[in-house]
Amino acid sequence: MELEVREIKGGYGADLVIDGVSFTVRSGSVVTLLGPNGSGKSTLLKMLGRILKPRGGSVLLDGKELFSLDSAGLARKMAVLPQLHQAPGEITVEELVTLGRYPHRGWNFVMSSTDREAVERSLAMTRMTQFRDRPMNSLSGGERQRAWIAMTLAQEPELLLLDEPTTFLDISCQFEIVEIIRKLNRGSGLTVIMVLHDLNLAAACSDTLIMLKDRKIRCTGTPAEVLTPEILREVFQIEARIVMLEEGYPCCITTGSARGEK
Amino acid sequence: MNGFSRFLHSAAGRTCFCIVTAILLAAAMVLSLRFGALKLTTSEILRLLWERPEGIESQIIINIRLPRILLGALTGACLAAAGTILQSIMRNPLASPGIIGVSAGAGLAGILVMLAFPQFSVLLVPAAFCGALLTAVLVYLLAWKRGASPVRLILAGVAVSAMLSAFSSTILLFNAEKAGGILDFSIGSLSARSWLQIEQAGIYMGLGLLGAVALGAKLNILALGDEVAAGLGMNVERVRFLAIAAAALLAASAVSVAGLLGFVGLIAPHIVRLVTGSDNRFLVPGSALFGGLMVVACDAAGRMVIEPAELPVGIIMALLGPPFFLWLLRRQRYGA
Repeated sequence: MELEVREIKGGYGADLVIDGVSFTVRSGSVVTLLGPNGSGKSTLLKMLGRILKPRGGSVLLDGKELFSLDSAGLARKMAVLPQLHQAPGEITVEELVTLGRYPHRGWNFVMSSTDREAVERSLAMTRMTQFRDRPMNSLSGGERQRAWIAMTLAQEPELLLLDEPTTFLDISCQFEIVEIIRKLNRGSGLTVIMVLHDLNLAAACSDTLIMLKDRKIRCTGTPAEVLTPEILREVFQIEARIVMLEEGYPCCITTGSARGEK
Repeated sequence: MNGFSRFLHSAAGRTCFCIVTAILLAAAMVLSLRFGALKLTTSEILRLLWERPEGIESQIIINIRLPRILLGALTGACLAAAGTILQSIMRNPLASPGIIGVSAGAGLAGILVMLAFPQFSVLLVPAAFCGALLTAVLVYLLAWKRGASPVRLILAGVAVSAMLSAFSSTILLFNAEKAGGILDFSIGSLSARSWLQIEQAGIYMGLGLLGAVALGAKLNILALGDEVAAGLGMNVERVRFLAIAAAALLAASAVSVAGLLGFVGLIAPHIVRLVTGSDNRFLVPGSALFGGLMVVACDAAGRMVIEPAELPVGIIMALLGPPFFLWLLRRQRYGA
């Protein structure tokens, strides 16, 4: 699986939110899109997930134009979890996860054993097996998000797109989600592209960071390459100190705002 | 959730619910054959249906009561299935063919055809279908402003519905003798229906119901939101259009038979959803069966209460439906 983005442009209405962005995602890597509010992170992810049609440029999945692929076939390769999603409240975790089998099932009314195994695996990988019979509206925010991730895993994708999967979650749930993602990536080679707000969370779990600013890519590289005081000052207008952790990734400590200096 | 309620939310329980409702519907239809000026026992009726002898009794049962009851069941099933579809795709518990304007559009188109081309009564349902579909599209366009919000859909639907109903009423008022009673149409009635209506509308009703049941699994995906559905590989716009078309066909064929029969399309899906949950694969057939049961029961009640005269089924429905619905609402703390 390789995803290649070439000079992509897009936005809503008359405004371009993303204007000429190119990058390549290698199979088996975790790539995180970073940037301030309004920098086009979610818009870019929506175009990769085929939810929003680009106004120019192209997205190639294994060399084939993304928008020319058939939808069910694509959904078996790539799963997308949008930022805002809402399940009918009384649907149970297992029912939700089962819906993830949709692109594999077509009009089949009865689940095959492959379908059932995929659902079981997805529940186990997200540690949701014990909650399988619980209605979604009885779960906490973190459990609910894990159930949604389980649904996308039931698609058995090679590539997973997540739009701010940790928003509205407390700090321990945030790390739980990120650890699940990292484990999936290491264990089964799942390629992940996601949008995160928290720089340190991104640094802890990503192979590559893509920093967006003003509709374009400001820089891209490993967490240590991208998270530098200069870049953070320029993109986020913050003063920050970078500490290299012994785990091998950087941690940003914000010390103040750089807005007043301009 | 207690054990029984959990059972009703499982696939086996939902299937059981559908089977039990189907049996109740069949029983209600047979029982309903007894009500009317001609008094016969159930065994006599069953014998009549089986042997089909000549004579007035057989005429009354087979050519007057039976088609009326069949039409009642079909009309209720169609309206309830249409309501289920509309509530699901509009993500709005208030949606129903009556409120969203689909019934009114079907009614107006049907009336125009009946008055302008009375010789082409075969065109009645197709014309009503076009009216219903056009109304649905119009309501969607009116409500569209960077996506169709549930509130705007309902408001646009109520407004369009009121206007179309006013047109219908005006036309009927000036053609009262030709149109055969404005009241029957606007309240919803099954009186004096015959096999002719089944011939005209039956095929469309059957097609619509089959389509609705087949769409159930797709409606479940659509209920997760457009973006999630697209991510799961669904062509969201196409499925939504198919679903609206199915709802329009169902509502149109029901309206062309029974007029603007309200409540069943709104209430039947809610009652079934309270019992079995919102899995549309079961909710669509379950609501259809339950809607049929409601109309058959209310029609029977309407023929009983003021014998030998009768109350239109729409009045009974409007009297009995809402209190039952409110009772369920209070009991289950629905939507909390």
